[in-house]
Amino acid sequence: MDLKATNRDIGSATVVDISGRITLGEGSAALRNLVRQLLDLGRKQIVLNLADVQYIDSSGIGELVSSFTTVKKEGGELKLLNLTKKIHDLLLITKLFTVFDVYTDEQKAVSSFTS
Amino acid sequence: MRVPTQRIEVTLETLLESVDLAEDITLRVANAVGFDEEQGYRIGMSVREAVINAYTYGNNQDRARLIFLVFELLPAQMVIHVRDQGRGFRLEDVPDPLAEENLLKTSGRGLFLIRAFMDELDVTIPQSGGAEVIMTKRYPTARPSSPAGASKV
Repeated sequence: MDLKATNRDIGSATVVDISGRITLGEGSAALRNLVRQLLDLGRKQIVLNLADVQYIDSSGIGELVSSFTTVKKEGGELKLLNLTKKIHDLLLITKLFTVFDVYTDEQKAVSSFTS
Repeated sequence: MRVPTQRIEVTLETLLESVDLAEDITLRVANAVGFDEEQGYRIGMSVREAVINAYTYGNNQDRARLIFLVFELLPAQMVIHVRDQGRGFRLEDVPDPLAEENLLKTSGRGLFLIRAFMDELDVTIPQSGGAEVIMTKRYPTARPSSPAGASKV
């Protein structure tokens, strides 16, 4: 299943509910475009809800990193919410778990933004 | 009981679709020889990453080149080869993705994941050229002793 995403604005934050696969090709490109569109709209406090992402490969991990740094460069913040066990484990072994701000509670993720 | 060696060879075009296809074939083979779903996922992702490397870096997305995927079903382990037709590379030249300066790089984690998920990983440059990624996974102890499962692939 290709990547699908739905945005929900909660105050100044945008929660993006993502489902499908973030892999080399369309999945990674879709995530890149999605983040770009949000930044272009001035939405710089982004929470990626990954609860329904069944699969991610190294390209998908790379795209998460790219999204994180792109948002940060534009003065925003990108947080991750509801990692599946597989994604959690991948971020652990790649040492990225400490790089990303990861939440299991949407309210806490939304209220965590600094401004 | 000793199981006769079996060999499955697949030739893939240098296409993005070959990445999913290689993983799908791998999942079927892994299931047939007795790996559980979690181990199958790890083996499947390892092959996926090796084929991504072959597609992207080895064959440079050149459709005129091919990717060769081979499964050797040995008595105690499955050995998987992924060979491309590129210039080849040495494993020791691949940067460590866990190094502080590489942590935020957007690529370079594929071989690391293979090493994490498989029992052994090696990269050779065969006489025919290209890079050959060779990865090994030992069978679970409860592996069916008959090769009949593999014939269902």
